[in-house]
Formats: sequence, C-alpha cells, structure tokens
Amino acid sequence: MREQLERIKAEALAKIEASEALEVLNDIRVAYLGKKGELTSVLKSMKDVAPEDRPKVGQMVNEARELIEAKLEETKTALARKAREEQMKREVIDVTLPAKKANIGHSHPNTIALEEVERIFVGMGYEVVEGPEVEYDEYNFEKLNIPANHPAKDEQDTFYINKEIVLRTQTSPVQARVMEQGKLPIRMIAPGRVFRSDEVDATHSPSFHQIEGLVIDKHITFADLKGTLAEFAKELFGEETKVKFRPHHFPFTEPSAEVDVSCFKCGGKGCRFCKGSGWIEILGCGMVHPHVLEMCGIDPEEYTGFAFGVGLERIALLKYEIDDMRLLYENDIRFLKQF
Amino acid sequence: MNTALSWIKAYVPDLDVTAQEYTDAMTLSGSKVEGFVCLDKNLEKIVVGQIEKIERHPDADKLIICQVNVGSETIQIVTGAPNVKEGDKVPVVLDGGKVAGGHDGGPLPEDGIRIKNGKLRGVESFGMMCSIEELGSSRDMYPLAPESGIYILPEDTEVGADAIEVLGLHDVVFEYEITSNRVDCYSVVGLAREAAATFRKDFFPPVVTETGNGEDIHDYLQVEVENTELCPRYCARMVKNIKLAPSPEWMQRRLAASGIRPINNIVDITNYVMEEYGQPMHAYDYDLIAGHKIVVKCAKDGDEFQTLDEQIRKLDSTVLMINDGEKEVGIAGIMGGENSKITDDVKTMVFEAACFDGTNIRLSAKKVGLRTDASGKFEKGLDPNNAEAAINRACQLIEELGAGEVVGGIIDVYPVKRQEVRVKFDADKINDLLGTQISAEDMKAYFKKIDLGFDEETQEVIAPTFRQDLHRLADLAEEVARFFGYDNIPTTLPSGEATTGKLSEKLRIEELAREVAEFSGFSQSMTYSFESPKVFDKLLLPADCRLRQTVTILNPLGEDFSVMRTSPLNGLLTSLSTNYNRRNKDVKLYELANIYLPKALPLTELPDERMQFALGMYGEGDFFTMKGVVEEFFDKLGMTKKVHYNPECNRPYLHPGRKADIVYEGVVLGYVGEIHPDVADNYKLGERTYVAVLDMPNVTPFADFGRKYTGIAKYPATTRDISMVVPKEILVGQIEDVIAQRGGKILESYSLFDIYEGSQIKAGFKSVAYSIAFRAKDHTLTDDEVGAAMKKILNGLQGLGIELRA
Repeated sequence: MREQLERIKAEALAKIEASEALEVLNDIRVAYLGKKGELTSVLKSMKDVAPEDRPKVGQMVNEARELIEAKLEETKTALARKAREEQMKREVIDVTLPAKKANIGHSHPNTIALEEVERIFVGMGYEVVEGPEVEYDEYNFEKLNIPANHPAKDEQDTFYINKEIVLRTQTSPVQARVMEQGKLPIRMIAPGRVFRSDEVDATHSPSFHQIEGLVIDKHITFADLKGTLAEFAKELFGEETKVKFRPHHFPFTEPSAEVDVSCFKCGGKGCRFCKGSGWIEILGCGMVHPHVLEMCGIDPEEYTGFAFGVGLERIALLKYEIDDMRLLYENDIRFLKQF
Repeated sequence: MNTALSWIKAYVPDLDVTAQEYTDAMTLSGSKVEGFVCLDKNLEKIVVGQIEKIERHPDADKLIICQVNVGSETIQIVTGAPNVKEGDKVPVVLDGGKVAGGHDGGPLPEDGIRIKNGKLRGVESFGMMCSIEELGSSRDMYPLAPESGIYILPEDTEVGADAIEVLGLHDVVFEYEITSNRVDCYSVVGLAREAAATFRKDFFPPVVTETGNGEDIHDYLQVEVENTELCPRYCARMVKNIKLAPSPEWMQRRLAASGIRPINNIVDITNYVMEEYGQPMHAYDYDLIAGHKIVVKCAKDGDEFQTLDEQIRKLDSTVLMINDGEKEVGIAGIMGGENSKITDDVKTMVFEAACFDGTNIRLSAKKVGLRTDASGKFEKGLDPNNAEAAINRACQLIEELGAGEVVGGIIDVYPVKRQEVRVKFDADKINDLLGTQISAEDMKAYFKKIDLGFDEETQEVIAPTFRQDLHRLADLAEEVARFFGYDNIPTTLPSGEATTGKLSEKLRIEELAREVAEFSGFSQSMTYSFESPKVFDKLLLPADCRLRQTVTILNPLGEDFSVMRTSPLNGLLTSLSTNYNRRNKDVKLYELANIYLPKALPLTELPDERMQFALGMYGEGDFFTMKGVVEEFFDKLGMTKKVHYNPECNRPYLHPGRKADIVYEGVVLGYVGEIHPDVADNYKLGERTYVAVLDMPNVTPFADFGRKYTGIAKYPATTRDISMVVPKEILVGQIEDVIAQRGGKILESYSLFDIYEGSQIKAGFKSVAYSIAFRAKDHTLTDDEVGAAMKKILNGLQGLGIELRA
C-alpha cells in the first residue's frame, strides 16, 4: 500500500513538473485527485486495509493529496505567469507611432490675450460689460469731453453712418453708458471691436479691439491707478515687469498718462524688439475727467475714478511676436494652429 | 516738432545735460521726446585748415595736391574737388578721424567713414577736405555750400579750430510729440519753459524791445475785421526799404535744425518767429495791396482763388479770407495769394500776425484741400495775446538784422481781450486725487516754474492765456503730478467696497460656444465687420432680400469696406477660400461676431447688433458633422428638448437639397447646410463646404444651467427594434416625431441604426431601422406595456405610409 502511494505520488509530481499548459494540469488533477483518480481509488480500497492501519494509511493518502495539490497550485501559478509574460511579449507596440488626436480647434490669438486680461481683472473684482459697436456720436465723443469740432475727432479718423451715428472709435463710450446707469461703485472692463479709417498694413487695421477699464468709487486716487496697472502688467507680462507712467493727454481723463512696460524680451536692456529703448508702450489711462463724471450724473466732489484703454491686438502682437497685423484677419489655419 | 538743443539753451543757459538725460526727463514731465539726432555723430578729428599751396598732380588731370595748414602742422592732401583755391579755409578730417557720409549725399552709414592716410595715384595724402554732405548735412541746410566740392568756411575762421564747432554741428535735434492740449509747446519758447521747469533752471525768454521809426503805420494802412468771431485779433506792422539778403548763420542753423530751409532774411525771420513763438505770420507786398486797406471777411460761395503755390482753390462762404480794397489776397491762416506775394523786388511789406478760430481754419483747410504749417498751428487754437509779442519780435529781428526800416506803431484789431483763467487752489483735494502728500508750498513752487500766477488773497492759481488747457483743479493736479514726478506717486490698490468680478451670461454662453466649436475641431477666425455690397450677389441673395438692407458707412475705405455686414457668411467663406487656395486641407473655422441689422432706413436709431455663432468647413466631415456641433452646443446650454430641422427654408446661398433651418421649440435659431455650388464657385471653393449659423440672441433665452439630478434607473430597459419600408420623401425626422409623440411616458430613447436604399427595396422607398428603448422608474416593464406602446407607434407610422419589414 505504501509502495503504491509512493509510486502514485512520484508519478503525479513528475507529470506536474513536466506539464507546460494549464489544461494538462487539469487532466493531471482529474487523473489523480478526481472522483475516479488514482489516489481516490486508494482511498476507496481502504476497506481492504486492516482497521488498525486505516488511520495511518488515511494520513498517508492525505499527505500525498496535499503534496500533489500544493504542487499543482504552484505549477499553475508559474504557468499562468509564464503565459502572461508571453502575452506581454506578443503585445509589444511601437509607442512612437503617431498619436490619434481629437484635432481640437484653436482660439484666435486675440481671444487668448483677451481671456488673459479678463482673468486678471475679474480676479480683481471687475465686471466684464459690453456696449454697441455702432454708437451714437454723443457717447463716442460728446460725453467723453470731445465736443463737436474738437480736433480729436479728426485724429481718430471716424467712420460715420450719419451725423449722429458712428462706428465707435474706442471702447470708452461704454464708460459713459455704465456711469449713466448710476450704479456705484463701478469696477468694469469693456472689451470690444473699434473702428478707425486706417488703411490696412502691417501695423494698422480699420477694425481692431480695445479693452476699456473703469473704476469709480469714493477716494479713488492716481496712486490706485498706478498700483492697479502695475499689478496688471506683472500678471500679463511676468513678475519682473516694470511700469513707467508718462504724462499724456486724453480729453476724458485728467491727469492722463501713457504707460510703458519694461521690454519683456530683453528685460529693459534695449533690443530690436523695443527699438533699443528698453520700454514698450502698452496703454493710455488717467483719472476720469470731472466734467465727464458730471455729464454722466456723478458728483465729482464725492466720487473719483480712473479709466484705461488697452489695444488688444497690440498685446497679442507683442506677446506672441506676430510681426504683421494682417495675419490676425486672414485666418490661415497654419497661423491659427500656432495658438 | 523738431528743435535744436542749442536753441532751447539760448533761453535756459544753465541747461547742461546729455541728450539721453534730456529725452528721459522731458518725456517724464510731459513733453514727449520721440527721438534725437546728434548732428556731430561720426564726426571726429575735423579741424579748420587753410590751403597754402595748390599744385597739379603729376599723373592725374582731375586731382590736385594741396598743402594745408591745420594749425599744428601743414599737411599734404590730394583732392579731386574742383572748387578750392589757395587761401581758402576748409574743414579737414585728419588721419584716423571720421566723417558721417560720402560726398554724394546718400544715406548715412551707421558707423560713419573712417579716414586714413593713403596714396592717390602715387602721391601721399594725409587726411581729407570735407564737403557738407560728408559732414552729414546738405545744401538745403547750408545754402552757401557749393553744389559739388569742399565747404568753404568764412575768411575770419581760426585755423586749427574745431570745424564742427564753427559749423554749429555740436548740437542735438530733438523730435517732440506734443499733445493737442499744449498749444504753447508748439514753440521753442514754450518748450524752453518746460525744460527750465523740468531741470529746475532759470528761464530767460527773449526780451522784445520797442521798434519802429517816427512814422505811424496808420498813415499807411487801414485794417477792418468784419468777422471778429473767426478772427478775434489782427495785428499788422510794416517794414519799408527792405534789403533782401541771406539771414545770419545762427538763424539759418536753427531753422535748418527745425527742418526749415533758409531762404532770405525776411522769409527766415517769419519762419523763425513762427518756431520761436508758435505764431504763424504772413507778409504781403504793400505795393500790391489795393487801396492800402486790409479787410478780413468770408469768401463768397463759388469764389476761386489762386494761392501762392499757383494752385486754384475753390472757396465757399465759410472760408475766411484776407482782402485788400478790391480783391481777395490770402486764405486766412492757410496760405497767401499769388497776387500779393513777396518777390525779390519787394520794397515795402505788411506783416500780419493774427489769431483765427481754430475749428474754422481746420474745416477750411479741409475744404480747400490745403494743410500748411501755419494752418496746422492755427487749427489748434492759438493764444491771441501771443500775436502782438510775435509781430514785435519779428520787427525787432528786422532791425537787428538790418533787413529794413520798421514803420512805427501797430494796427491791432482786438475787440475782446482774452482773459486769464483763475482756478481755486486746494492742496488737500489735489493730494486726495493723486494719492500723495505734497505740501502746498511745493505745489506753488511747481506752478511758479511754469509761469502760473498765484493770488495769495483769493488762493487762486492764475493761468496765463497761453495755457488754454487749465480750467479746474484736476488740471492743476496734473501740473503738480508732472513736476512731482509720476514716478514718485505711490502705488496702491483701490480700497473701498468689494465688488464681484464676473462675466455676463451672454459672454459665458459665448465662451461655451467657443469651447464646443474648438473641441469639435473648429478654429476661431476673425473678419471685418464691414464688407462690399457686392457680396450679396455672391451669396445669391434676391434683390428684395432683407439682408440687403444695410447700415452704410458715409466715408468708407473704398467700396469693399462700405456696408456693415448683415450675415457672417461672406467673412467665413472668404477665410475658407483663403485657406483652400493656399492648399490647406480639412479646414474648420468658426467666428463669433456681430451682424448689424437696421431697424429702419434711413437709420434713426442704433441698429440691432446680433451676435452670430458661425461655423464653416471643407474637407473631412459633412452636413451631419455640422449638426453634431450645433447639438453638442445645445447640450452644453442645457437645451435638452428635440431640435428640429426644417428643409423648407429660404436660404438661397445653400444647396437646395442640403439645407435646413434649426428649430427649437418652434423658434428658428439658425441654419445648417452645404453651400450652394454656385456660391462655392463665387468664392473659388473647390470642395463641398458646409456651414452652420446660430443667431445667439435667439439661442440664449433657451439656455438653462439649472441642472438637476434624476435617479439612475433601477429597473431594466426593454428594447424593441423595428425595420421599416418608408416612402423616400418621408424624413427620418418625421418618423422620430411619431416615436416621440406616441411612445408615451415609458419611452426612454430611440436611435436610428440602419438606413438603406437599393436593389432589395422597391423603387421610391427606403429601408429604415430604429431601436426603441422603454423603461419605467418604478417597476420592470411587462410585455403588455411595451407592446401597447409599440402598437401606438406603429399605428402612427402607418399613417405616414410606412410598412413594417418582416
């Protein structure tokens, strides 16, 4: 009996050892441990064993079963791992083959620049508002302290629809419209299309975009204007950016200033980009003229404010180093895809 | 405006700054310097030499050998210049020195030209004698220079001296950008005043002395001003026994640096005073003034007048004219007439320094099509109080230069004297506006530096009439800020009530539109808002089409930009065409921009500006790609109801069989379709092109961002597939309408999974197959329930002539 068990055990273990596939292992399990398997048949022949020997034989059979089962399990695991490894080898791909892209479209550089500007000012508590592009002369000029026959009207090369209606030459009329509504305080920016009769060339376009900013509250100072625009310049062009305010003249602000930022290409040392000066002009601004406040029904003794206007194309051209404004309106996909 | 530093220094003698320092400081105090040119750039080692001896070159006919005394030594110089003779004093550049340009007067090389000793045809030459062109200038500026050859210096010039100094070229010319409110700074005196204040130096304006002989101008001339509104002041003085001659070197240099060509003493004095005082003047030949009388009045409609540039100008009754006793002799403030101009034979002349209404001059200059230096100054609105000073200054120069005999007295028609403006001073308020803490004393000191008066008694700042820009406290605040320094004002952030930054719902929806378009592969384009009225023909719009009613620009940049667009299609198709013709493949573009629809014509109120979300593409994709983008967008906006497509729409620019209005809850929100092949041809688009246009003001009311969760179904869905034989003209949309209307509450979804036309299907029919899913929230559906719903649907479909396939 013992010999028989030893033989079965040795035979089974050898077969397991030799097997190379999971199915074979299963056959082995059936052949030895199955209902009609060899080990099971040993158990079945237990009735022929002397009763006093039965526990011992039973123990031997169980030991053999456990041994075979352990070996089966171990081999199964090894085979499975081997099979997985082979699968992995089969499934190697060339990871440098081209990507499958969704071909997402691209925003216009003007929009990207605008969104950046909007993000900065919305973060500072400004509301984004809009106004009409075809505008009354009254809002585009008169309410901004540019009365009839003012030379500034000529300077801005206005497109006229009729005597009273123009294509707005600036986003500033939105200032007057918002102030007139009388809801104070005001912190707003107004982006949009503006029009001037400039012939199309590399640096001019009869249609372009501005972003107007306006803050009206009690105790607003020129220092606040400086601080706000310095913050804006740093956010837009980088933490190192320096800002220079130069006196200037706009009919609807007093005092007025033009703002230069240190050239972000050379850091202010002077390069071709900034024409050697180290500075780049980016916007005009000033304290809202008291007469403009009065015309819009705001008491300049109680409220003060500042306003600024930025050329969107100017920012886009500078930031993305686009050398010809016409590219912005041609919409060549090879251009747009770069943004 | 261009002015030499030396001229500024004439009135601010203590000014001692480099060109760059001057540029920076003046710009920061408000007189923006655009740039500067150093006249001695690349001029090195150039001295005055005297030619002692001239010999012929042994081997070259056109060369001569000069022995030139340059002070320290006598050197030999070989030259080809034809104009020198022994004894001449000339500029000589020594060995190792530099000149600015070549003798031909072409563009100046950036680094100049280095001069070294050398041999010319075997004869040694030590240096070079210079022409005016080689010194970087021109005969325009130095009229005494010969047409070709060496510049000959005056006989009294010291040998060995710095020739650049002698020529007045150690100077810098600054170019200013003066803002329109600072009329006073369009003059050297005005700029010098600013420079003195900026650098805190003393300012010495010219001192005008009394001039004139014992006679009285009133005995010679009579002046009448009919229209004193357009001519608030008219000053006239006279000069007799005129001796025309070149003006002195210093005057020529200053004019030349300002870009004005010296002509003769009389013309130069007129120009000099215009630059110095900013007051244009005009001179008439007294002997050509009929009746010895000047009358200032408007022209008559239809008058024609020959200006001294010999052009005929058409006038009307708004153009102010200078007349003599019989005829018009000049267009006021713009240009004098051919009939009274000063010639070389002039003996007696009338000087005019007047003040004309700026707006009238500007409009007249436009009308007659002539903008001159003078009109450019007048149109800014000049200070009438400046006219008298300027004319007296001119007469002073006449006497100083010996250009003639000034007649005593002045005719001055000045009925209403321009008064100074007084502004109440309040240092605290200025500080409040600027965010500074500047003392009242400092502020007053700034005012004093720029010649503003101060009345201690009333605490008022008195703005002289040349400062027409000062009216109220904010204006004074700017003066304080300029001289305190914009740099020195602190930087703070606004305090006060907190506000919420946000975008309007309209802008948020536009942002979503961009997102959806871009995720669907469309790139953003931007096109002009105005276009040619011809595009309506390109788009096949019928003559009576509403879209031909445009907002039209009165003064467009040509017809191509003359009407405000009423459709986004032209812009989009033009951009696609640009891409197609540059052989770009598979192009998808979108634009978000306004169209402009007049509410009534002629326009009496602002037009309706409607934001259009327009998409267009060619290449990969088709009609249904466009529909997909539209529906993705609606999904994003929470528009969950069924979108209808109505092919019975009037869209002449679209393919008649491939077009549809987009309808949502009965409202037309836009259209989608393939571009009509004729339109595609018009735009030279060689591929099928698809567009979708949404009218955003109609879309946004349907947007609903109030999302609510509904429980995920616990009970299984039951699906039924149906396969149908459908008359060809029945649209899938009609089938879907039936399913949607008749499916009942338990209808969950339906989807088309097959559509087929071909040999197995009888002619005039197509095969269509749908998968329809039913589900109840609260129980598993029974066959009976689903069967009943299906029966209703099938009944409805039969009504459309649809048969079920076996």
